[in-house]
Amino acid sequence: MNVALGRRIMWATAAPLAALLFAVAMSSIVLVISGSDPLAAYGDMIAHARKLETMIDILNRATPLYIAGVAVAIAFRMNLFNIGVEGQYLLAALVAAHVGGLISLPAALHVAVILLVAMSVGAAYSGLAGVLKVTRGINEVISTIMLNAIAISGLGAWLVREWQASGSIEPGSATRVGTTPIDESGLIGDLNGVLEVFTRDIKQGKSLTGVLVLALLVGVGYHVLVNRTRFGFDLRASGINPFAARAGGVPPKRMIVTAMVLSGAVAGLVGVAEVMNVGFFPSNPIRGLGFIGIAVALLGRNNPLGIGVAALIFAFLDVSSGVLQFTGAASREIVVIMQGVIILAAVVAYEVTRRAREREEARSAAAALAGSPA
Amino acid sequence: MKNRKLLFALFALVAMLVLAACGGDDEAATTEAPAASTEAPPASTEAPPATTEAPAAPTTDVTVGLVFDIGGRGDQSFNDSAYAGLERAGTELGVKFTEASPNDDGSNRAELLQLAADSNPMVIAVGFLFEGDAAKTAAANAGSNFGVVDSAMLDFTKDPPAPYGDNVSGLVFAEHQGSFLVGAAAALKSTTGSIGFIGGVKGVGGLIEKFEAGYIAGAKAVNPDIKVVSEYITEAPDFDGFNAPDRAKDIALAMYEGGADIVYHAAGGSGAGLFEAAKTHSEASGTKVWGIGVDSDQYNTVDPAVKDYVLTSMLKRVDVAVFEIIKAKVDGTIAAGPTTYDLSVDGVGYATSGGFVDDIAPQLEEFKAKIISGEIEVPTDPAAA
Repeated sequence: MNVALGRRIMWATAAPLAALLFAVAMSSIVLVISGSDPLAAYGDMIAHARKLETMIDILNRATPLYIAGVAVAIAFRMNLFNIGVEGQYLLAALVAAHVGGLISLPAALHVAVILLVAMSVGAAYSGLAGVLKVTRGINEVISTIMLNAIAISGLGAWLVREWQASGSIEPGSATRVGTTPIDESGLIGDLNGVLEVFTRDIKQGKSLTGVLVLALLVGVGYHVLVNRTRFGFDLRASGINPFAARAGGVPPKRMIVTAMVLSGAVAGLVGVAEVMNVGFFPSNPIRGLGFIGIAVALLGRNNPLGIGVAALIFAFLDVSSGVLQFTGAASREIVVIMQGVIILAAVVAYEVTRRAREREEARSAAAALAGSPA
Repeated sequence: MKNRKLLFALFALVAMLVLAACGGDDEAATTEAPAASTEAPPASTEAPPATTEAPAAPTTDVTVGLVFDIGGRGDQSFNDSAYAGLERAGTELGVKFTEASPNDDGSNRAELLQLAADSNPMVIAVGFLFEGDAAKTAAANAGSNFGVVDSAMLDFTKDPPAPYGDNVSGLVFAEHQGSFLVGAAAALKSTTGSIGFIGGVKGVGGLIEKFEAGYIAGAKAVNPDIKVVSEYITEAPDFDGFNAPDRAKDIALAMYEGGADIVYHAAGGSGAGLFEAAKTHSEASGTKVWGIGVDSDQYNTVDPAVKDYVLTSMLKRVDVAVFEIIKAKVDGTIAAGPTTYDLSVDGVGYATSGGFVDDIAPQLEEFKAKIISGEIEVPTDPAAA
């Protein structure tokens, strides 16, 4: 039994590890070609990442990436490709921050309303793509890409203008435009107090986002939903073989819409991290998290823990770009190259290990058959 | 089925990464080149001491950490102008400097400011998007001075508005005054009586609208009947408009086809598309049309193939501002709060490279004098222009 478990773990980690090593090797080559010292660069990255304040930066960056990865993974499990996480989280954060800024409620309730609005908007917007798919047969890839454009350049800009015109958004300072600031009661506090119990005083005015807890809850919820519920079983079955699942009594249309709605609901929480950090939805929100979420979900193999590791790797690389520039060890583009190489290497490595594993299973099955009394 | 989906997913992802890499490539290429010259200036400063006024090699303990706006160095505009000021400070004041650019999504601005403050008593952030992060970082790093380009760095929640902190300075420009002059130049040079304006992003607290307002006012001061068509590439919260040359090109082509013969842009990196459009339209129609650059002297920075279509540029002397704030730090006279760089201190102006506006320079100088003396008051709201 233990041998089998060990083997499973080995197969599960072999591919990502191989991918990581390959990415490091490739990046070293690129660094050498561009005239930088790879060892110095990696040394700077690691030395920087070992500081408590940098770890906070990494966790803060990984939090929305993780939520985005889970959102993408839910759809992936159903064999749906939700490219629309980008538009869903931006629109959801915008509306949720606006609603949160307008109302004033006791703390827990205020936060709950903001989260609920964010999830509802994300779910509705993503569900739209699901409905289009089951009623009109429109591929969700196409519809979510278009819905992204509508959300970011269309609806978002229009809503902001409407709210400005109606006076419900104050212009703030000349250059700091955004939704009305949310009262203290509507903001999720930071985790500095908890962290400082285990470590030391946090300097540089950094704070560990409380949304991290929300991300962990999302991860646990995702694990339970997919692996421990009837719905999760149906979801995975439909993803692996929709025809067999249908024959087994799983309604495919309902599954598609539900999967998109769930994916969108989680996507709606991605932007909450930034809203909680700055206290309103800024006119220049952090963009692109939905797209990086696709990469994170791919690297993490749709596995709740794997996505977490992937989000941390991406966050570590993002955070490293700054220190590399200031120490002059390498240009920041190396970070983007590493992220790209890791994804490509991971996908290749997964395929290679999948085949190796199938061969080994076939071999052990054959051995078992041969060993059994004939 | 599953495999095909996965394949598609991969394809999309690779396409995205490749596109990102391509975008990065340009930067990398342009960053790499000046990177060499970063090392060079100190050496070349020592070399010709005869030409510099100060014979003694300047020395100071002040070091500068500069954080660029998204896009980094090599944007032929805003960031490059800031870098020019930094280089001048290196040459004339002897300050040493380091520089960095944020991630493409701008998620690590605060981290970069902190890294800059860790080792430098003077931190400069290029762009108003740094306002919030700079205010926060400055509060946690009392030992460093922070200068933010394009933001007054005033806390408007206080009455009256007050600087965010004793160590926070804002560097702002009277862009409407400079735009007035190029608007006047456009009106003087236009043969069709119709000119255009392309803004990068609408609704960023009226920042780009200031350019439009000054431009229209300047054009109308020359010719009250002139027709000015204005268009913005995107609206906040979509900031792509500052980096979308293809869309700027489409808009510019439509304007030229609609009869405008001079188009001014306030759209950062998108401007490259405007000059391409000017060349394309001029060659196709046989009548020369012009583009007007912004921020830096774009005649010198655009692709050489299109430089003859740059009538003039509205100079926003980010380099002057960056140099002056470093000088103030070195001299110990740095002050909190906003400093406005306007026509009177040559903080804004118009470019004469290429010699296309030499014939109308007297008129432009006349306008300039009137603005400085206060005889002409340039509006900042397009509705009032």
